[in-house]
Amino acid sequence: MENRKVIFERPRSMTEARTHYCPGCTHGIIHRLIAETIDELDIQDKVIGIAPVGCSVLAYNYFNFDMQQAAHGRAPAVATGIKRVLPDNIVFSYQGDGDLASIGTAEIVHAAARGENITVIFINNAIYGMTGGQMAPTSLVGQKTQTSPYGRDAKLAGYPIKMCEMLSALNGPAYLARVSVHDVKNINKAKRAIKTAFETQMKNKGFSLVEVLSSCPTNWGMHPIEALKWLEENMIPYYPLGEYKTLEEVK
Amino acid sequence: MEKVLMKGNEAIGEAAIRAGCKCFFGYPITPQSELPAYLAKKLPKIEGGVFLQAESEVAAINMVYGAAGAGARVMTSSSSPGISLKQEGISYIAGAELPCVIINIVRGGPGLGDIQPAQSDYFQATKGGGHGDYKLIVLAPSSIQEIADLVMDAFDLADRYRNPVMVMGDGALGQMMEPVAFKEPSAVELPPKDWATTGMKGRKPNLINSLYLDPEKLEKHNLKLQAKYKEIQEKEVRYETKYCEDAELVIVAYGTTARIAETAIRQGRAEGIKVGLIRPITLWPFPTKPFEEVINSVKQFLTIEMNLGQMLEDVKLAVNGRKPVHFYGRTGGMVPTPSEILTQIKKLAGGE
Ligand SMILES: Cc1ncc(C[n+]2csc(CCOP(=O)(O)OP(=O)(O)O)c2C)c(N)n1
Ligand code: SF4
Repeated sequence: MENRKVIFERPRSMTEARTHYCPGCTHGIIHRLIAETIDELDIQDKVIGIAPVGCSVLAYNYFNFDMQQAAHGRAPAVATGIKRVLPDNIVFSYQGDGDLASIGTAEIVHAAARGENITVIFINNAIYGMTGGQMAPTSLVGQKTQTSPYGRDAKLAGYPIKMCEMLSALNGPAYLARVSVHDVKNINKAKRAIKTAFETQMKNKGFSLVEVLSSCPTNWGMHPIEALKWLEENMIPYYPLGEYKTLEEVK
Repeated sequence: MEKVLMKGNEAIGEAAIRAGCKCFFGYPITPQSELPAYLAKKLPKIEGGVFLQAESEVAAINMVYGAAGAGARVMTSSSSPGISLKQEGISYIAGAELPCVIINIVRGGPGLGDIQPAQSDYFQATKGGGHGDYKLIVLAPSSIQEIADLVMDAFDLADRYRNPVMVMGDGALGQMMEPVAFKEPSAVELPPKDWATTGMKGRKPNLINSLYLDPEKLEKHNLKLQAKYKEIQEKEVRYETKYCEDAELVIVAYGTTARIAETAIRQGRAEGIKVGLIRPITLWPFPTKPFEEVINSVKQFLTIEMNLGQMLEDVKLAVNGRKPVHFYGRTGGMVPTPSEILTQIKKLAGGE
């Protein structure tokens, strides 16, 4: 017994609650990456998270630190209010693609443009999960959803928004990266990006955002493994992974 | 106390600062823009002061939500179309029981309307506006002095009840200048903000939220809110009555309209007409007591508003069919004149 060493345990920044996410949904993995990062940076006592509207609206049940729940899309504004009042705290929002890239486009663009010293974890699963699989601004051309039953037609519904590319045109952001969680190698990369994003904020460098390509097996109508394969083969070509902006100082 | 000559909008800013408000988020709109301009000058000079022009009213009110949740004394201001946009956030703030002060310098509507004084946001302010069963405390000053006093009180009320408080004026009150003496901030003890999200530091996590997926729990939350609103109704009603002792006709009016009505009342009195005034200062909770005090002696009521009959409904509820309630209103940013009101008074006084 004495020789046994703990090599894997629950991050302090996560509660013991079981998540409500569907089997195979990658929201849970991303939660864990955030919690591990907060533990490693030892900021649990001063972090304030913001839960979105969407499947992850209950994130506050799983994270073990102060949280505010925000109206649909408004998390960057809520984060701004908190951070301006408590500049020494670490403030992050967790937002889906419907939340961030549709109803909350104004809020995210302006928080980024202001160089607001907050961190945004942006979950891009190319669909509205919680409301039952409608087309998201990030749904791919040709992707079938409840509200694009014949496949997204760019002539009717426009083209999917590439948030990292769009935000990288602004002067405000200090760190923008797109990662994926479809395999272990990429999960590790995602963890590093999330850590860099939080460190960017801790160094007062300004706005940081990590876009995480995530799966929604339920609303994509796929087996979880098939979903990860679909993500890799269809999402990554349209949403290339990598760092879109990194201030020299945060490298 | 020293009196200074100030514009209504600026007096609001100064009163807020004196009440300990260090934090403002807003978006420009006439006729309230002098207020953010005043705070943009002053707040950055105060330690911990925050002034931010948001990208929209929607963002501004959500910044208020965040800052209030983080424990700050925070204010926002706007005018009618902007307040419409803020309703989403106001419902969330009321649901999450966060204290904040919202200034509405009302202008004519609906739609883009105009930039002249109006009182057509009465329903929006007192009956909800956003979704759900919630109430704002709504204060309606009628002079620059009263604006300053009520803005300071508003912060205490907000903190005591963990509820948004709206101070509702109109374009005329925002724009005009009057002498004002700022009172000392109240020294009353308010409940500690131990619910605020400030980083957990040794305590359990705090959560600011308005989501209760279980309907039984949401009903319970709503009943708790309702009990709070009842307490506010019992303790925080404010009004003023004038010339009511022998009045046969009582005018009900608030804000700017009440001031104009008072001039007309004095003129009517000079002509021997027994006319009095009930001026609600809290529009919610609506004062019913002054109606009970005069209901037996008064023959009729006349509600006057700068809209087409919104407070009228609350007056009718208070009177509850016991006496006739008449209405006179101008709308679209038109301000009734004393002589118009005197004509109404004479018509009613002579018509019996
Ligand atoms: C103002 C408003 N509009 C619409 C909704 C309904 N709604 C809830 S979740 C959601 C979509 C969320 O999708 P996304 O942000 O992609 O997150 P996911 O569920 O996919 O994780 C919508 C439209 C709402 N709650 N509020
Ligand atoms: S609906 Fe999709 S995004 Fe939501 S929990 Fe299920 S798999 Fe995850």
